[in-house]
Amino acid sequence: MKRLVVAFACGLLFALGLAISGMTHPSKVLAFLDFAGAWDPSLAFVMGGGVLVNVLLFRVAFRRGAPLLASAFALPDRRAIDARLVGGAALFGVGWGIGGFCPGPAVVSLAGGAAPVIVFVVAMLAGMALHGRVGSHRSES
Amino acid sequence: MSSSFTPVSSTLGGVLLGIAASALLLANGEICGISGIMGSAAFARRGDRVWRLVFLAGLLAGGAIVAWADRPALAVASEQSMGLAALSGVLVGVGTRMGEGCTSGHGLCGIARFSGRSIVATLVFMATGAATVFVLRHVIGVAAGVP
Repeated sequence: MKRLVVAFACGLLFALGLAISGMTHPSKVLAFLDFAGAWDPSLAFVMGGGVLVNVLLFRVAFRRGAPLLASAFALPDRRAIDARLVGGAALFGVGWGIGGFCPGPAVVSLAGGAAPVIVFVVAMLAGMALHGRVGSHRSES
Repeated sequence: MSSSFTPVSSTLGGVLLGIAASALLLANGEICGISGIMGSAAFARRGDRVWRLVFLAGLLAGGAIVAWADRPALAVASEQSMGLAALSGVLVGVGTRMGEGCTSGHGLCGIARFSGRSIVATLVFMATGAATVFVLRHVIGVAAGVP
């Protein structure tokens, strides 16, 4: 039960962070990616602030050896930098560059009720399902 | 398509993202990657789906608070074509599953763990994202994106 309270609180805080940072504005995201236009570097500050906090606090967490409410950390154990990783990241980037949305801000923006946001999230879930059907069997282990 | 530079609020928002992601790791031992959480919540055949659904409920509740307190902070206009929204959604869905992460899992959390995979993934999606915007805006001349 405590773990679920933490999960809910973290999701809520994450949503507020995304909105305050400006990530829920696709036009702002696209302005960050538009190096040849009127470049807006704000998103580098989102990334910088978040990564810095994570570097410091992740160290505290890992130094404990185990999480407070679970028996072990659930970390990805894969190390290979392969075609799947690069190809997947490349496709994600193209989608991100078209719409200005990555998964978190899109879900948060559902509360705004705009039709393109709803279409984006439904299409994203469909894309996830499509990938699951076509070739994710190896990643299920 | 002008976008004002907001270093203070963007840093503050980034710090909140870091606190949320770190709290999830410190307390529950989980990585705060939104695409992974969504994918597993929706499609995983086994494993713990419950906490992921609860996390997503928190994300939606946060969005509802923002919609109530400061509605313009959310993408609410609908000038983007439905076709582009659908295309970008499918690409983001397939890409984040294939590459096993997005801006949060690879960008915020993976880089902070100094994961080589996450550093490469982040550089790649930043590069293809920028290249896509360049082609759409400066070669073809399409102003994409939900305003």
